[in-house]
Amino acid sequence: MDRLTKDNIQPKILQKLLEDSDITIEDALENEMILNMGPQHPATHGVLRLLLRLDGETVINCVPDVGYLHRGYEKMAENMSYYEFIPHTDRLDYLSPIANNVAWVLAVEKLAGIEVPVRAQYIRMMIAELARIASHLVAIGSFAMDVGALTVFLWTLREREKIMDVWDILCGARFTNSYTRIGGVANDAQPEALALVKKFINEIDDNLSECESLLNTNRIFIERLDGVGRISKEDALSYGYTGPNLRASGVEFDLRRATPYLQYDKVDFKIPVYQEGDALARYFVRADEVRESAKIVKQCLQLMQPGEIKANLPKSILPQKVEVYSKMEELIHDFMIVNFGINPPVGEVYHAIEGSKGELGFYIVSKGEGHPWKCKIRSPSFIHIQSLPHLVKGHMVSDVVAIIGSIDPIMGEADK
Amino acid sequence: MELKELIQQKLKDNFTEASFEFSEFRNELSVKLNKKYILQVCKFLKENSDLEFLLCEDITAVDWATRKNRFTVVYHIFSIKNNFRLVLKSDVDESESIIDSVSSVWKTSDWQERECYDMYGIRFNNHPDLRRIYMPEEFEYHPLRKDFPLMGIPGSLPLPKK
Repeated sequence: MDRLTKDNIQPKILQKLLEDSDITIEDALENEMILNMGPQHPATHGVLRLLLRLDGETVINCVPDVGYLHRGYEKMAENMSYYEFIPHTDRLDYLSPIANNVAWVLAVEKLAGIEVPVRAQYIRMMIAELARIASHLVAIGSFAMDVGALTVFLWTLREREKIMDVWDILCGARFTNSYTRIGGVANDAQPEALALVKKFINEIDDNLSECESLLNTNRIFIERLDGVGRISKEDALSYGYTGPNLRASGVEFDLRRATPYLQYDKVDFKIPVYQEGDALARYFVRADEVRESAKIVKQCLQLMQPGEIKANLPKSILPQKVEVYSKMEELIHDFMIVNFGINPPVGEVYHAIEGSKGELGFYIVSKGEGHPWKCKIRSPSFIHIQSLPHLVKGHMVSDVVAIIGSIDPIMGEADK
Repeated sequence: MELKELIQQKLKDNFTEASFEFSEFRNELSVKLNKKYILQVCKFLKENSDLEFLLCEDITAVDWATRKNRFTVVYHIFSIKNNFRLVLKSDVDESESIIDSVSSVWKTSDWQERECYDMYGIRFNNHPDLRRIYMPEEFEYHPLRKDFPLMGIPGSLPLPKK
């Protein structure tokens, strides 16, 4: 963190920063300072830059500055086919890449009107929930690290590593998976992968309790978070909160329940809701959600029957490689789809899933061509970062770090 | 009455002079309206006790490149009470690319409208803080417009001062 002078700060940002703040402090501003936090700062979870206007140690105004990781994925999507964009979705929320794959193909399938076989749907549900567990484990661990409890980070990452091993067997990649395909998934889930999932799910409850025992009775952890960064139910809705952050403010809203997709209406799970709306409640929601997700994965494993993993629509879905090399028809379809795309009908759809950070939506406009005319990514982190000034006003500088950790932003997703 | 019919009915009754165009694709109801009414309609949809569209999910724009009304501003709003998503659309012409901001209705639209301004150059009336969000303030173009090349414009981004 370095101290800024008024000459080397962007004038419009400065103006916003110096706007009258609604925080009242007993004494006049005696010790005013503008502090530049980030974009290279370990606690801002990536390249988030915050400009803080301080009086002593109290934050009286804050202006977030995003865009340091802006790669223009929306522009790129307009210039590539629906298949080609799948690997790019990995790079959005890079802590749960496989859930982004699921979100993208679901949006494309809705646009093209493709029905997916039931087994593929259960596999997608299973991986989406595992991705949520992985993402929440990192969120809890790095959050605890931000407020000084270092050990938890190592323990939660050890658990996450087991999910990475599942990805490794399932699709050959540990981090950027690109596992889903339009109309199904890349390959069937192997028995070894499913056995690993089963083992992981049976252990996660105890292992998470172990991590929680380091935090829930830790007085420093609790006192640093209790009542910090509080946001009311009304404000949370108005700021467009979704996912765990909204549920920590007392709104029982989950897209898996509200607009069921895949087979979520067939499984039984609870939606954890806390009323406090502070940083501590957001931590509790995430920990509870890990358990609920584990329950869903367990049910997926039971309900999953052997069967097809790809829809049988040769004109809009890439055939298996084995068939491309051995059959003439398949070779022709493969050539056509790779060169000209799947050409969904003219129209526009918005499809959102309950991602690990909140509502992850894709809005696609099609003109009937092989590539989208427009693709908009509705990323939860972008929306959540927007509310940071509201959350940090009146708190200390050290609480800013805790608040960023509690809303769990991922800059890859926020900056697109 | 089914919710879709209810929304259509309510909108027609409360805004008699506005001409709404309703359409449905893949089970999504979308309403096209004149940009003059966007703020009133949004306020009405949020505050009506039967509808309660409390969550504004997304605001974006579409560039149609060759059409007369070049841009369409698209709003996706969600009613948690009814579990229903509604799409609002409003055409904006290039020569007068300005539309009322809805940030007084939903706070979340502040940044979403800034993004829309940054990427398409559509201005929003009465927006509290209309600056660029992703691109630097000195940047002169709007990258998601169809006439902006994919490779970018060489020299358009100033390098940082040494």
